[in-house]
Amino acid sequence: MNDALLLARAQFGINIGFHILFPALTIGLAWYLVAFRLSYQRHRDAARLARYRLWVKIFALTFAMGVVTGIVMSFQFGTNWPRYMTTVGAIAGPLLSYEVLTAFFLEATFLGVMLFGMERVPDWVHITASLLVAVGTTVSAFWILALNSWMQTPTGQVRSGDQWIAGDWMKVIFNPSFPYRFCHMVIASGLTASFVIAGLSAWRMLRMPSDAGARRTLRLALVTAAILTPVQIFVGDQHGLNTLEHQPAKIAAIEAIWHTEHRAPLTLFAIPDEEHKRNDYAIELPYAGSLILTHSLDGTIRGLDEFPRHAPVAPVFFAFRIMVGIGILMLLVSWWGTWETRGRRQPGRTTLWIVAAFTFAGWIAVDAGWIVTEVGRQPWLVTGILATADGAGDASGAELGASLTGYILTYVVMFIAYIVVLTHMAGEGAREEPPPTSWPATATAAKKAR
Amino acid sequence: MDLLPLVFMVLMGAAVLAYVVLDGYDLGVAMLMPAATDEEQSVMVSSIGPFWDANETWLVLGIGILLTAFPGALLTVMGALYLPVVAMLVGLMLRGVAFEFRMKAHGWHRELWNWLFWAGSTLASFCQGMMLGRYVSGFHGGFAEWLFAVIVGASVCGGYVLMGATWLILKTEGELQRKSIAWARWGLLWVALGVALVSLATPLQSATVRERWFDFPQTLWVMILPAATVAAGFWLWRSTGRLRSGEAGHDASPFMASAAIFVLAFLGLAYSLYPYVVIDKLTIWDAAAHPSALKALLLGAAIVLPFIAGYTILSYRIFRGKAKAGLYD
Repeated sequence: MNDALLLARAQFGINIGFHILFPALTIGLAWYLVAFRLSYQRHRDAARLARYRLWVKIFALTFAMGVVTGIVMSFQFGTNWPRYMTTVGAIAGPLLSYEVLTAFFLEATFLGVMLFGMERVPDWVHITASLLVAVGTTVSAFWILALNSWMQTPTGQVRSGDQWIAGDWMKVIFNPSFPYRFCHMVIASGLTASFVIAGLSAWRMLRMPSDAGARRTLRLALVTAAILTPVQIFVGDQHGLNTLEHQPAKIAAIEAIWHTEHRAPLTLFAIPDEEHKRNDYAIELPYAGSLILTHSLDGTIRGLDEFPRHAPVAPVFFAFRIMVGIGILMLLVSWWGTWETRGRRQPGRTTLWIVAAFTFAGWIAVDAGWIVTEVGRQPWLVTGILATADGAGDASGAELGASLTGYILTYVVMFIAYIVVLTHMAGEGAREEPPPTSWPATATAAKKAR
Repeated sequence: MDLLPLVFMVLMGAAVLAYVVLDGYDLGVAMLMPAATDEEQSVMVSSIGPFWDANETWLVLGIGILLTAFPGALLTVMGALYLPVVAMLVGLMLRGVAFEFRMKAHGWHRELWNWLFWAGSTLASFCQGMMLGRYVSGFHGGFAEWLFAVIVGASVCGGYVLMGATWLILKTEGELQRKSIAWARWGLLWVALGVALVSLATPLQSATVRERWFDFPQTLWVMILPAATVAAGFWLWRSTGRLRSGEAGHDASPFMASAAIFVLAFLGLAYSLYPYVVIDKLTIWDAAAHPSALKALLLGAAIVLPFIAGYTILSYRIFRGKAKAGLYD
């Protein structure tokens, strides 16, 4: 692999890994905001208004991070992967453009109304704006995951000269892995948002134990996480079975199975040795690999030796274990937290610290999961159709290196500022204050004041 | 002749034009920040706060159409513009998050984000102009071509400052509005100089463009464009003059006039370049995507764009009237 290709991949990987953090949070958070807004509509009390205001600000901050890094993504399709667009652009292009048309404009426009328009529009318009933002974030995930899943398990395409075009759009969009990946990602967003909300509320309660609003929010997020986590484990398992059917080489890399086996063990931990094609220091559960993947004790799992071209094993193997490990810890933390907060109970400080420590657990799991699925697809950009090396452009190593440095510096600055502001805002908590009368003020608000 | 690529050229042009006018005013407002007091800066940011996210989405649509409809141009265009594109993106990222960070930070952090808000906006604007300059000169790499790109970069900054100042005339009142009138008039001079230089340099640089504009008797017809641009400039000068002296006048007129200048300059450019995507090298038909992709996208665009236009207008109606300080506090 040449340096320019490696740099192009590193740059795209770093950018996409950074970008996904923010949509992963906003997709889930947008639906929480709909709930917060409706809850305020029903109770009409200052605490619920303050909660909505606090989280809508955090949403705006996160959304801005997602928008600006997303613009970079869209350009990098052109700068880093121009041959991807010339080869499969007839399929990828419309899907990407549909995302812009049906989701981005909707989110960006109604976010303005949602953030700044509460006193300017009737309640039902404001609630609708909140709802449209949430729908927009989810529709956006729909198109992106349709494209990503098509790249993993392409169906519906036909060849036309030296490029691929859509023969059947329904088959392209609803390709075999799409329903699983879409559900897995949307639930992941719900979990990411739940743990951020729970974690930051716990952080607030550590500083101000008497904050009843923070306690109520903590409880809601923990209960939601306690319900979503087992659902996610089930969906993840189904997703794995789907991958075994359509991308067996990826499963072999995930489980570091070098040779085809019956009654395969489940390797809990090992150091995969690519050179000698074996696992060192392996801790294995007998039969469990076959049981989990084929749901029978003596099922056959095809090993890496059957696939001449497969992904690098170690990154996929470790990333998968990080993702699953965090998933299991999330289950324990959310159930424990739900139990600890039962019946208006005040959770202990240890519990609060644990929940606060898990604030960004969703992010780590999401990035680990994306590493599994994207590195696991290598050496293909589009499975069986276009190799990653054939998708790159002509940017020189020097150009890519210089821009990579620029991107990394920018991301570090942005990320530090984001985390500092986020924890500061959450630590201050939801401030109960009368609606601002200066701006945005309308004639109706002024009338009410009189 | 196949019409679809032509339709997409028009669509992409419309998206880029919408971007330049809409994000142009919010980038321009950001570039004017150092000239204002703290209180005024708060009003200025409030005036663009509800809109900037959606404004930048037009850029994503523009690049989306380029990726989808003209993939054949990507290697050349993105290869040649790689570094200015990256610099623009870094600028856009920093200024985008600075909206939120500048009000939430304290002490020297706030100063830093204020500076990054200005610097990011200026860098992004200048790079967009550079990209346009490089694009018009067909990516040739001589000293004259680079000088030309720098001049276009500076002119685009001037254009955005003009858009921003006229936006502020529309959205503010009192002392800040008076200042904005002065900024707009300086901006207009800057733009007039820039447009004149670029209009002279472009035909000198490219034989293709020269033939387009100086081919009698067609020349007489196309001279309508520069004449209308000059007229829009005069309208802008007069309307700001009236507002300055306190005569009755509509405070939206300067914004309309500067938008008109942008639209006319854009039409002139489109006329110069048609039918090329990469001047003298690739026509829109050479670079066009497979018809199946174009049809799929056209269907979606035809259905969705009217809705986008509708709710964009709705959003501008909701936030009509003068902006007040403190939106981000």
